[in-house]
Amino acid sequence: MADISQDKIRNFCIIAHIDHGKSTLADRIIEQTGLLTSREMQAQVLDNMDLERERGITIKSQAVRTVYRAKDGEEYIFNLIDTPGHVDFNYEVSRSLAACDGAILVVDAAQGIEAQTLANVYLALDHDLDVFPVINKIDLPSADPDRVAEEIEDVIGLEAHDAPRISAKMGLNIDEVLESIVTKIPAPDGDPKAPLSALIFDSLYDSYRGVIVFCRIVEGTVKRGTRIRMFATGASYDVVEVGYFGAGQFIPCEELSAGMVGYLTASIKNVKDTRVGDTITDRDQPCKEPLPGYKKVTPMVYCGMYPADGARYPELRDALEKLQLNDASLFFEPETSVALGFGFRCGFLGLLHMEIIQERLEREYNLDLVTTAPSVVYRIHKTNGEVIDLTNPTNMPDPSEIDYMEEPIVSAEIMVTTEFVGAIMKLCQERRGVYLGMEYMEETRALLKYELPLNEIIYDFFDALKSRSRGYASFDYDLKGYEKSDLVKLDILINREEVDALSFIVFEGSAYERGRKMCEKLKDEIPRHLFEIPIQAAVGGKIIARETVKAVRKDVLAKCYGGDITRKKKLLEKQKEGKKRMRQIGNVEIPQKAFMSVLKLDNE
Amino acid sequence: MELYLHIPFCVKKCGYCDFLSFPADAGVQRRYVEALFREMEQWKEPCRGYEVSTVFVGGGTPSLLEAEWMAEIFDGIRQNFCLAGEAEITIEANPGTLTRKKLDIYKHAGINRLSLGLQSSDNRELAVLGRIHTWEQFLESYRLARESGFQNINVDLMSALPGQSMASWLCTLRRVTELEPEHISAYSLILEEGTPFYERYGHQEEKGNRVPDGLSLADGNEALSGISLPDEDTEREMYHRTEEFLKGCGYERYEISNYAKKGRECRHNTGYWTGVPYLGLGLGAASLWEGRRFSNVRELSGYLNGRTTDRDSLQILTEQDRQEEFFYLGLRMVRGVPLAQFEEQFRRQAEEIYSGVIQKHIRDGTVIVEDGCLRLTSLGMDVSNYVMADFLQG
Repeated sequence: MADISQDKIRNFCIIAHIDHGKSTLADRIIEQTGLLTSREMQAQVLDNMDLERERGITIKSQAVRTVYRAKDGEEYIFNLIDTPGHVDFNYEVSRSLAACDGAILVVDAAQGIEAQTLANVYLALDHDLDVFPVINKIDLPSADPDRVAEEIEDVIGLEAHDAPRISAKMGLNIDEVLESIVTKIPAPDGDPKAPLSALIFDSLYDSYRGVIVFCRIVEGTVKRGTRIRMFATGASYDVVEVGYFGAGQFIPCEELSAGMVGYLTASIKNVKDTRVGDTITDRDQPCKEPLPGYKKVTPMVYCGMYPADGARYPELRDALEKLQLNDASLFFEPETSVALGFGFRCGFLGLLHMEIIQERLEREYNLDLVTTAPSVVYRIHKTNGEVIDLTNPTNMPDPSEIDYMEEPIVSAEIMVTTEFVGAIMKLCQERRGVYLGMEYMEETRALLKYELPLNEIIYDFFDALKSRSRGYASFDYDLKGYEKSDLVKLDILINREEVDALSFIVFEGSAYERGRKMCEKLKDEIPRHLFEIPIQAAVGGKIIARETVKAVRKDVLAKCYGGDITRKKKLLEKQKEGKKRMRQIGNVEIPQKAFMSVLKLDNE
Repeated sequence: MELYLHIPFCVKKCGYCDFLSFPADAGVQRRYVEALFREMEQWKEPCRGYEVSTVFVGGGTPSLLEAEWMAEIFDGIRQNFCLAGEAEITIEANPGTLTRKKLDIYKHAGINRLSLGLQSSDNRELAVLGRIHTWEQFLESYRLARESGFQNINVDLMSALPGQSMASWLCTLRRVTELEPEHISAYSLILEEGTPFYERYGHQEEKGNRVPDGLSLADGNEALSGISLPDEDTEREMYHRTEEFLKGCGYERYEISNYAKKGRECRHNTGYWTGVPYLGLGLGAASLWEGRRFSNVRELSGYLNGRTTDRDSLQILTEQDRQEEFFYLGLRMVRGVPLAQFEEQFRRQAEEIYSGVIQKHIRDGTVIVEDGCLRLTSLGMDVSNYVMADFLQG
């Protein structure tokens, strides 16, 4: 297939609310286009990271190319680009969408439109993609495809009455989807002879080939030997290999030309030079302008990560560097904490992203981590006119130097069945939400619109939302901007010593409550010592809450009967083991998990 | 060497007890005695050349056994082991199970020390514990023991009992010391997992927060409803007042929970903390023998059918194990551990291995070095586990 005409190519993605069956449909498409036999199919071909499978979501976008013989007798090339499904990864989604010409919208036949359905559709339409809906899970007893079709037409305005009604799980009516891809998604355009411009939508680090750049060729042609240049970073390379994506493997080919989706390698050692969203061009014959839409990813949530064993600091650095090779949105820089020693301030797209990185560090790199409470980026306007972005609460200037502070605000859309509207509104109020309005999607479901401070939702908002709506509410948000707010730094003193790693920024009105809870929590976490340990919360040097860990009065195994000392030894060993997992601060030993306990302060 | 014999039978299980003991009928008890004979015979050869310096018959309630059987057991001991002339020979006995006749037989069998499980002089507290006897029955047993000529008697007591007040504890101490036993064991109640007491009170002790007096824990059990453990401060105060009180009566504390008149320290118990080899005979009994620690099986049917050592329990002590034991067992003794002895035994100075730990605990005020011995301070006694854990290496 050296010569593929553009009109036989379909570049598309699948968009859906989480759990509406995106990955399963992708599997079926791959299966029924015949590249893989059923036997070769793992449950979900696209999700090849263990972690993803366990969490049941797709983290990294990936692509696959399959060949479909359509009813018109022609062979079509399908480039299916998988997109992450979580709000944390919105920018990754947008880059993947930009590499496509169309999108399949999967809607659950029972649940109908959810918050992310809307968010993703709007995102796709923003990228000028042709979207066609598919109603999935029609095998469910509660499926109501007619109602859902109507909903899609009413709410989104997409023609949905002839939408394929399928069960991806059962493999029902998948052929209709395949035909719709051919008929409803436009072929790419672009001039293979024009100067090269290709969009990077993902990259992967391979220890043999260096960075493997996933790209969509918009104009021009690239092949082995092409001298390329990255628009944003200016880095230049000679292309070593180009190719396309088999299911789970890279298949080299002669060249990639306008309209095609594939990969290239060029002995690129550093993924920082291949920023996702950047444009690749020909160094000798460059395009005039980069492709639109590139932005440098800015982390929304920061936290400190420290090796539990200080000696493993270099290992942590190496591990972060390796993860960053595959994750352009992961940010980190060295930082030092009095309490925790040497570590890194890491920036993430959101809390889920943070948890994933943390788990990967622990699982794939076998590192034991101490993580500090996540924080958003606050903007501080100092009295001298200087403006700083604060990512680490410890660095907050003295209040006397601060004119005012701003915090990031998001516009949130929460979809919920009407019976829980009251509970969810109450939750949003507790989280300092500003009510913008409510729309009824249908009689039983409403879309609530709120503005919420990001720092109120990064910890546990999603959990609270789920628990107060018995799992029915869905949620999506977008960064709206910064707004002025009354914020203070809450410090924690343990045995009268300030523990920098426990400081956090909080809305002034919530400071007392948070401080009190924090002290209570720490009281439970910190073991008793030979002396009494006061735990205090302070704002600007003023103590606002206090708890005391009483001195240990007794720690004796009085009876050791009949000379049976094995139990005693076990007890002592357990005690000794416990001490190893402690951090020494002053003369207090603090268990490492105490540093993360701040995360779980919800009152429910 | 020392010999420990375990008699796992009792009239009924007490609510706080997690020892290996249970009621059993006479037939089972007889078969058990015979199993003990067999086990003694097994050890006859290996113990040749060792002199047995102490014997301790513990339980359960050893005094529950037919006294004649106990006499047979001691015949067996003499046939199979070389018993030192001045050996300390103790039997545990519960008030309510002793008669003059029994005591005379014990005396005749060579038993020279009696350990009486009293626990409290308050009959309500005894009922809460589930003891089978009253204070008056104890007095009777004690009188009988003296009449039979027992000149070395220990009384077991327990503080921090449910519903116990400081006044009632001091009353128990006063009443007992007036009788002038040679030895007093005074333990603070420990809630052992798996006991009814743990089920009932365990939550009160989470993180040491014993609830204050008066909080009701009403439930089905009449004896226990509305009764709670003394709070932690009271519990500690009881412990400290005990030492003070007994000292005033001529009892020196020589081990974390043991007090004795001069020269009446329990030699058997002291042996456990100072590395003297011992053999444990009977169900579940533990041994330290030729550098190994092991225990017998804990299933009665297995033991009755001739199984003795539980292979899974066998632990060959390494040099490091012995160094650790030297400290964490030896520190139970009030006089502490002689550092010169460590050097003699291990050909290394204790400071080589433990200087950091020792320095830290001296700073914390939990240990001091005096007259060449490292010993726990009063504070260290209260938190001995905290100190001892640091003497584990690695």
